[in-house]
Amino acid sequence: MGKKLLMKGNEALAEAAIRAGVKGYFGYPITPQSELLEYMATNLDSRGGVFLQAESEVAAINMVYGASGTGTRVMTSTSSPGFSLMQEGISYMACAELPCLLVNVVRGGPGLGTIQPSQGDYFQAVKGGGHGDYKLIVLAPNSVQEMADLVYLGFDLTDKYRNPVLILADGALGQMMESVEFPEYNVEEHFVDHSSWTTVGRENGREQHYITSLHLLSEKMEEINVHLQDKYKKIQENETRFESIQTEDADILIVAFGLSSRSSQKALELAREQGLKVGILRPITLFPFPSDELKHLANSVKGILVVEMNAGQMVEDVRLAVGSNVPVDFYGRMGGMIPQPDEIVDKIKDLYKQVKI
Amino acid sequence: METTREGIVCNNLDQMDVVFDRTEVLHDTPTSYCPGCSHSVVHRLIMEVIEELGILGDTIGVAPVGCSVFAYHFMNVDMQQAAHGRATAVATGIKRVLPDKIVYTYQGDGDLAAIGTAETIHTINRGENIVMIFINNGIYGMTGGQMAPTTLEGDVTSTTPHGRDTLIQGHAIKITEMAAIMDGAYYVTRQAVNSAKTVRKCKKAIKQAFQNQIDGKIGTNFVEVVSNCPSGWKMTPIEANKKIDEQVLDYYPLGDLKTPPKGA
Amino acid sequence: MNEELIIAGFGGQGVLSMGMTLAYAGMVEDKQITWFPSYGPEMRGGTANCTVIVSDTIVSSPIISTYDTAIVLNQPSLEKFESKVKPGGTLIYESNTVLNPPTRKDITVYAIPAAIEAGKIGNAKTMNMIILGAFLSKKPLVSVKSIMEALSKVLPERNHHLLPINEKALKLGMSLIK
Repeated sequence: MGKKLLMKGNEALAEAAIRAGVKGYFGYPITPQSELLEYMATNLDSRGGVFLQAESEVAAINMVYGASGTGTRVMTSTSSPGFSLMQEGISYMACAELPCLLVNVVRGGPGLGTIQPSQGDYFQAVKGGGHGDYKLIVLAPNSVQEMADLVYLGFDLTDKYRNPVLILADGALGQMMESVEFPEYNVEEHFVDHSSWTTVGRENGREQHYITSLHLLSEKMEEINVHLQDKYKKIQENETRFESIQTEDADILIVAFGLSSRSSQKALELAREQGLKVGILRPITLFPFPSDELKHLANSVKGILVVEMNAGQMVEDVRLAVGSNVPVDFYGRMGGMIPQPDEIVDKIKDLYKQVKI
Repeated sequence: METTREGIVCNNLDQMDVVFDRTEVLHDTPTSYCPGCSHSVVHRLIMEVIEELGILGDTIGVAPVGCSVFAYHFMNVDMQQAAHGRATAVATGIKRVLPDKIVYTYQGDGDLAAIGTAETIHTINRGENIVMIFINNGIYGMTGGQMAPTTLEGDVTSTTPHGRDTLIQGHAIKITEMAAIMDGAYYVTRQAVNSAKTVRKCKKAIKQAFQNQIDGKIGTNFVEVVSNCPSGWKMTPIEANKKIDEQVLDYYPLGDLKTPPKGA
Repeated sequence: MNEELIIAGFGGQGVLSMGMTLAYAGMVEDKQITWFPSYGPEMRGGTANCTVIVSDTIVSSPIISTYDTAIVLNQPSLEKFESKVKPGGTLIYESNTVLNPPTRKDITVYAIPAAIEAGKIGNAKTMNMIILGAFLSKKPLVSVKSIMEALSKVLPERNHHLLPINEKALKLGMSLIK
């Protein structure tokens, strides 16, 4: 580990990406992620990469597509409305199996919404987002340190699976400062050879490579879909990541990701002070979702409270995982509001009454 | 008696001189284009240029959405298929990370001058060092003959059944003229392929565009090819090529719109 | 030790940089810290605030609804945050700008005429350091040395000639609360 630095989440993410060997960044300004773009503009060119401000998010994602097709480590970042604009391009990349790192520093919607933090893009992130059957690998940091750490993981996973990886952050994680240490990361050791499929010119007359997501024959298109689904299954089996906090003796399990997991952690401390046995399961990968761990915990806890900064999105995946084995309650704030720890504690107490512990 | 690759039966083939052959940079496959369509001609010209310039090992093409969506099945070069309108953004991504490679896009009028207008303008405005080949046939061929941004006033299409009315559908867009006024453009020209003479000139222009990129000239090389669409226009190829001479070139006159200053 | 602090005032009063300096100094002393700013259009000439948490243990939530200390540099901020100070907590306000003082009796209130004092030492922009000094004299979370090390990081190189006057302001602030 290097020395500690005080950085905004957006800056830490950008710095980590440069250290992870990103060679192309294409983006468009939007609050609350613009520091990321600006950090790249200031630093990437002098450290061996290419920065370009695109004319739109639509152009940016397609620049990423082009650069990725050459086997270059490449990324973009945006915030919610911009992420919606990128969906078409992301769907194409998912089908053409192009690696890239995407970052959505989520703000409150729908519409132009607010620039304040939100988790309202959960469905869009984990259920595909654009047209067709596809999935992104979705990583959800909950601190400035993880804004950096998950970048390295993200690049490794996108190269390993040839699947776009999304870091789903939010406005608060992007804007807040915490101390961060950048781990040692040897880019060459993590290098993945993509030369069997990249489009860089038919050097020495080798056979043609082309990148496409168009397969008009249904039989062929189904074959590609089956291949993608097999890949997602493999990812589900091998790449699920989560953090458990005091779940061993918990009566009530909070499930929360990203910033709301931080509020929940404070709520856990307050609740434990009052003798309430609360634990937290924090998914770090939203796809793949830690369904098996949830199923397992549903055997020991008496109630589950899902805390989100939206109207209730991840709660659907929690209910899918645990079925009717245990009551699942939800607490959410919307439109840029953040669930406060004391509000969560009140909700925990309600749930305690409900499950009659 | 022998049979050639094209299946023509000849006598004493080994005693004959080969005066014309398909460039190896074209796949040995029939194209999916309609008889008489300009696409096939322009494909061949670009591939010949790539072969003649010896840049096959360094060239990456970008195919659009439109009739030429399968360009990579005919052009035997490394290619990426782009989303509708985004070919130049994709090309920008490629060229920016591999500045020493040769990158071109191949786009129709719907792709380049309607849905992709923003990308077109900004790519040229940035002066991306790429070649843009713009096939202007005044109609949406692939989707079955709807109005294109370049459909001439009065022309009947499936979405202008009474002819294009400029008060309702606006004017045929002159995007090549727009390209020419931008500082980022290095070479802007309008060509056609409706006669042997125009085909020869067009090839020269395409070659110049690629040569400029090879030479590292700063700026975008933009070649419009006024093309036909016999099926979409509901004409025979001969009638379609005649229409180009009699009507289309009045509105879209041929020639260079921007050439590098002498000595550049 | 776990101090949860809100600093609020007009944009341009040095609210965010005061918080950042404190956070940086906390990091210098190997404490766990979080700095969370208000952001966006509201900052353009409007009110700005930041939450700073300095702790010996891991900082759980950067988002909190009540504070151990509120430092307020204008009237709207006082009105917004006076009620959010925990009972027994501390409220420090700039007494030249805030004309209607706080009324709560269950918290400790300090009025610091920092704007006038900053004028006296010849640099109005050191007002935030005077306030920070006053705060640190009551809650010595970090040392003056760490603050100065932090300032040398937070201030751009071209402003390093201002380090001495900032140190002077900091120490002046510490002397204002007896």
